[in-house]
Amino acid sequence: MPTEVSTREIYGKTLVELGKQNKDIIVLDADLSPSTMTRFFAPEFPDRFFDCGLEEQNMIGIAAGLAATGKIVFASTFAVFASCRCFDQLRMCLSHPRLNVKIVATHGGITVGEDGTSHHAIEDLALYCALPGFTVIVPADAIEAAQAVKVAADTYGPFYIRLSRPKTPLVYQENYRFTLGKAVTMRQGKDVTIIAMGIMVAKALEASDTLARQEIDCRVINMPTVKPLDEGVIVKAASETGAIVVAEEHLAHGGLGSRVAQVVTRERPVLMSFVNLKDTYALSGKPEELLQRYGLTAKDIEEAVRLVVKAKP
Amino acid sequence: MKIFAVSPVDIGAIAGLQFNPQFMPNYIKVSPEGTPQANIFDFSVAELREMAKRLRRHVITMTATAGSGHPGGSLSAADIITALYFKVMRHNPKNPQWVHRDRFILSKGHAAPILYAALAESGYLPVPELSTLRRLDSRLQGHTDRNLTPGVEMSAGSLGMGLSFGIGVALAARLDSRDYHTYVLLSDGECDEGQTWEAALSAAHFKLDNLTAIVDYNKIQLSGWTRDIMNLEPFNQKWQAFGWHTIEIDGHDFSQILAALQEAQNTKNKPTVIVASTVKGKGVSFMENNVKFHGKAPTAEEAEKALRELE
Repeated sequence: MPTEVSTREIYGKTLVELGKQNKDIIVLDADLSPSTMTRFFAPEFPDRFFDCGLEEQNMIGIAAGLAATGKIVFASTFAVFASCRCFDQLRMCLSHPRLNVKIVATHGGITVGEDGTSHHAIEDLALYCALPGFTVIVPADAIEAAQAVKVAADTYGPFYIRLSRPKTPLVYQENYRFTLGKAVTMRQGKDVTIIAMGIMVAKALEASDTLARQEIDCRVINMPTVKPLDEGVIVKAASETGAIVVAEEHLAHGGLGSRVAQVVTRERPVLMSFVNLKDTYALSGKPEELLQRYGLTAKDIEEAVRLVVKAKP
Repeated sequence: MKIFAVSPVDIGAIAGLQFNPQFMPNYIKVSPEGTPQANIFDFSVAELREMAKRLRRHVITMTATAGSGHPGGSLSAADIITALYFKVMRHNPKNPQWVHRDRFILSKGHAAPILYAALAESGYLPVPELSTLRRLDSRLQGHTDRNLTPGVEMSAGSLGMGLSFGIGVALAARLDSRDYHTYVLLSDGECDEGQTWEAALSAAHFKLDNLTAIVDYNKIQLSGWTRDIMNLEPFNQKWQAFGWHTIEIDGHDFSQILAALQEAQNTKNKPTVIVASTVKGKGVSFMENNVKFHGKAPTAEEAEKALRELE
């Protein structure tokens, strides 16, 4: 088993690093700093940390006002509140004016677990990807998360970065370098391509190990930047492997699968299959139980791969 | 429509136009060169009255030319905005991004016409450009757009967001040890929005004495009287209970407006709200207290009649 490291804890520590380097870094939270880990930043830079209380809509407006004066603003809460609770504010205050605010949301997907439906963020990527000007990133592990946060700080414009509640297996070595808008081919393969993001990357690698033993040669691509997509790597995968499976911890509609399918159907139509949450909400339960119940395991990826490979012309 | 003082101009000739000194108004009293320490117009009350009337005429002409827009809430805010731009705020039309400028944030984005009129008459925009309001490719969008219009601080139009934005701007002033003041103009209707009260709570929590909210309390929202649609009273007490210093004034009396803005600047450790009682459609008899002109432009005949009243 690979080492597991918390992406949100890395986020909190990276913020402190950034805060030391740049006095224009401001951090906002909505009464969740012990969970989003902005609690590391708060005592180090008390003047540059503002707890906005349980006022997510207000927090986005405050972030916009600060950014309008030239600040680089990180605003954090749980992914479900950072998307559903304040969508009009994201649209009017950040997306439309293209302000330099980084929404780094923790507790993405259903691996939030026992807190249940109200706390599961399953439509956040559809919402954020719908906003013109937003860059959307879902890191695969803590190493990628730290770098994505730094790149966001250095790149002008509104960003959404989705992190997880549980610790996430490391899929990268320390020497990995994240590049904005670039996919990473984790494993070469010729029979089929698995495109994944976030926690599903580790599962895609696990699935490809199993499938290799069954003589199915999988290409595995990590797509950390969900918007803008690395279209080139998708078209190449479609051309060279002839089938694509997309795995994501998100609803079927509007997430990575939908976005990849738009590219594939336009540029190089091939058979596709999708491992994601179908048109439903998830219940309370342990993260691993929920992933099994709702079809988001390595075994589900294997199944999807076998189906498309079998159906390939 | 020859009745209009300003005839519609070609947008192509204006689009992308940068600031041109020839549009600088000739009534500036203090040179905007360098860093003005005070309002560069420093109008007397008589001059403010004259300017407010001129801005009201622009509102009528602009909305009538566009064939749509929100004259009622623009006219009710005319005197407040005139006082801010031509007497109170430290700003420099030659440098809309000047870091030391006082900030005016129009939260009630539908009152864009009165803001555009003030920006044009103070030198941010050529006055003839006002006739492009709401036309395709105009810099003067139906609701404010901070990326298109020089001098516009915030993109607004979805109500209830401006006070939050103002808090961010005011917090930045404190962080940067800058002494600019942030003014946010709210409509009474948008005080229905929950976010306005989130912001009210937090501005007091952050003790933002460099932030002043002004409510254009004309008591009419889109579909009727506020007391019937969603009663705000006791309004003043609500702001007080949220921890604000409150001042109630007649929003059409310049001496009261100026005194209130001065009192707001002098108030320490808490934000100030000026609840300005106004009349929707103020200055045009048939528009006053007439809910119909919340979001409807005057016809050519109505505009002609209105302009005669505003002479």
